Amino acid sequence: MNQSAHEQRALLEVENLTTCFDTEDGLVTPVDSVSFSIGLGETLGLVGESGCGKSVTSLSIMRLIPTPPGRIASGRVILDGEDLLKKSVHEMDEIRGCKASMIFQEPMTSLNPVFTVGNQIIETIMRHQKVNKVDARARAVEMLKLVGIPSAESRLDDYPHQLSGGMRQRVMIAMSLSCNPKLLIADEPTTALDVTIQAQILELLESLQEQLGMSVLLITHALGVVAEVADRVAVMYAGQIVEEADTESLFSSPVHPYTLGLLQSIPKLDEERDRLQTIEGVVPNPLKMPAGCRFHPRCAHAQERCKVEAPALRAIADGHNVRCWLANPSPSGGER
Amino acid sequence: MPASSNAAVVEVKHLTKHFPIKKGLFIRKQTGAVRAVDDVEFEIRDGETLGLVGESGCGKTTVGRVILGLESPTSGSIMFRGDDLTKQSPAKLRALRRDMQIVFQDPYGSLNPRMTVESIVMEPMEIHGVGSASERKARVAELLEKVGLDPDYRKRYPNEFSGGQRQRIGIARALALNPKLIICDEPVSALDVSVQSQVVNLLQDLQHELGLTYLFISHDLSVVKHISDRVAVMYLGKIVEIAPKSELYANPLHCYTQALLSAIPLASTGPRRKRIILQGDVPSPLNPPSGCRFHTRCPNAQSRCRSEEPAPTEVSPGHIVACHRYC
Repeated sequence: MNQSAHEQRALLEVENLTTCFDTEDGLVTPVDSVSFSIGLGETLGLVGESGCGKSVTSLSIMRLIPTPPGRIASGRVILDGEDLLKKSVHEMDEIRGCKASMIFQEPMTSLNPVFTVGNQIIETIMRHQKVNKVDARARAVEMLKLVGIPSAESRLDDYPHQLSGGMRQRVMIAMSLSCNPKLLIADEPTTALDVTIQAQILELLESLQEQLGMSVLLITHALGVVAEVADRVAVMYAGQIVEEADTESLFSSPVHPYTLGLLQSIPKLDEERDRLQTIEGVVPNPLKMPAGCRFHPRCAHAQERCKVEAPALRAIADGHNVRCWLANPSPSGGER
Repeated sequence: MPASSNAAVVEVKHLTKHFPIKKGLFIRKQTGAVRAVDDVEFEIRDGETLGLVGESGCGKTTVGRVILGLESPTSGSIMFRGDDLTKQSPAKLRALRRDMQIVFQDPYGSLNPRMTVESIVMEPMEIHGVGSASERKARVAELLEKVGLDPDYRKRYPNEFSGGQRQRIGIARALALNPKLIICDEPVSALDVSVQSQVVNLLQDLQHELGLTYLFISHDLSVVKHISDRVAVMYLGKIVEIAPKSELYANPLHCYTQALLSAIPLASTGPRRKRIILQGDVPSPLNPPSGCRFHTRCPNAQSRCRSEEPAPTEVSPGHIVACHRYC
């Protein structure tokens, strides 16, 4: 729905972002020149398996990488026309939680257990807006109502342990939206929740996005969640984006063998199969990234060229980019 | 897949497990009980996979642990191939337990980090005094090969393996005594999708090869649909619906099953199904709602549901549902 909006103006542009970590065994680069953009009001899904660099990407955007051992080696992160990587620490404090905010995976550990949830939401509001405590409290109640927490006034004085997992995630969402952010980064927001609660939270995020018009970067490993919520999808493997397309094309005509393998390896409710397809082997060790295409040791279609020469992300159709030597630029897409 | 006429390996009747809650410093009085499993009834037939699904806290793991004897039931009976496990002497129970094993959810927490793979897989044989030392060694190599690991890895420690490989080690350990029944407690939940499918395929291959019977406990309805022959749905300590797989997914009757199925995000962009969004959270098992336990969240609840508990009723062959709309 937001394809046209996206072309008009991008809210967030990430260009050649590279983040490395110094480890005892050497330098690892969990995010290797990653580029993408998110339009106004758009939801971009960033999917990949654990260790592919999707969370490090989000932490890099928010400048939350612990330094040392980590550092953002190069790239630009343009949010609303400003390069976040050039901001001072103090300036970042102003941006985080205000212009851009983040929801984390663990609703159990991302709230402080010794303060009431009201205290924590009010703190965020007063940090970024010039309001007194009474107004901040009123705003906090309003936010809790917005995220569908019943009897919001009394819940404000509850401690995190008094709330269920789904309720805690709602509090996190309320807190992150309390200053009307333009960008919301949701890092596995529903992974720790049960399916019926997950459905509640996803629906809440969708309706809030419609009401408030923010852009969302949704990071998840669950392809189903992405298919339901995202407008566009970027698939990451071993620190790189390997395929990027609008949700419809990515799920109906995936091109990269990794995307294809991922989609085929999940059992589906709407079809019957005797055996699941698998992607052989395991994710490569970040210290010993394979030469050439990083996916070639696990790829059934790998050729000589894939082993020596690394493919670049190329457009094969409008808005559909693939990092694979075998992808042919054709409107129907794909080597098959 | 096996015929429904096969004999039952496990028959659970009126199984109840309450965990007491005690208060007081010196005089410990029981003030309540967590009713984790309440009057549950089902059977698992020879060579089949029974999927047990439900959300966290519904008691599905407790059912598995009680069957294995890791928890003792509050009441009810568990018939395992003709013997009632709740009435056996400890020595007899120990012998019977050879035939049932478990694969745990967490491949990181369920393997002792100080033991080599060989000693982990060998331990069940040592405990039950099976074979000589050299026979056990040969068996370990055979088992590792069977689960797709190189037997040369047997001197390594668990931390040298990935999550999927560790789960394979856990499966090899469960197979060591040639069990009849394996309880798989969320065996693939901690794994990435591409590895998850490898482990699911392995479990299916082993079942065909060795004639195993599985109780497959999971919250992931897509995986359960793929691997199971029949599926039981649990909510707050009760089985609300149990049916052959194709029947349950095509024609779910209980409102909870319907909501659960509609809540799963599909990894495709076809026409959207109507999502049933349940209101509220799962109530506490400390003080479950009266009548039908689902009535607080059920979109079709009537006054009868609040007062009267629905009895499980067989509405079509093999399809049992506990809901007033079908009694």
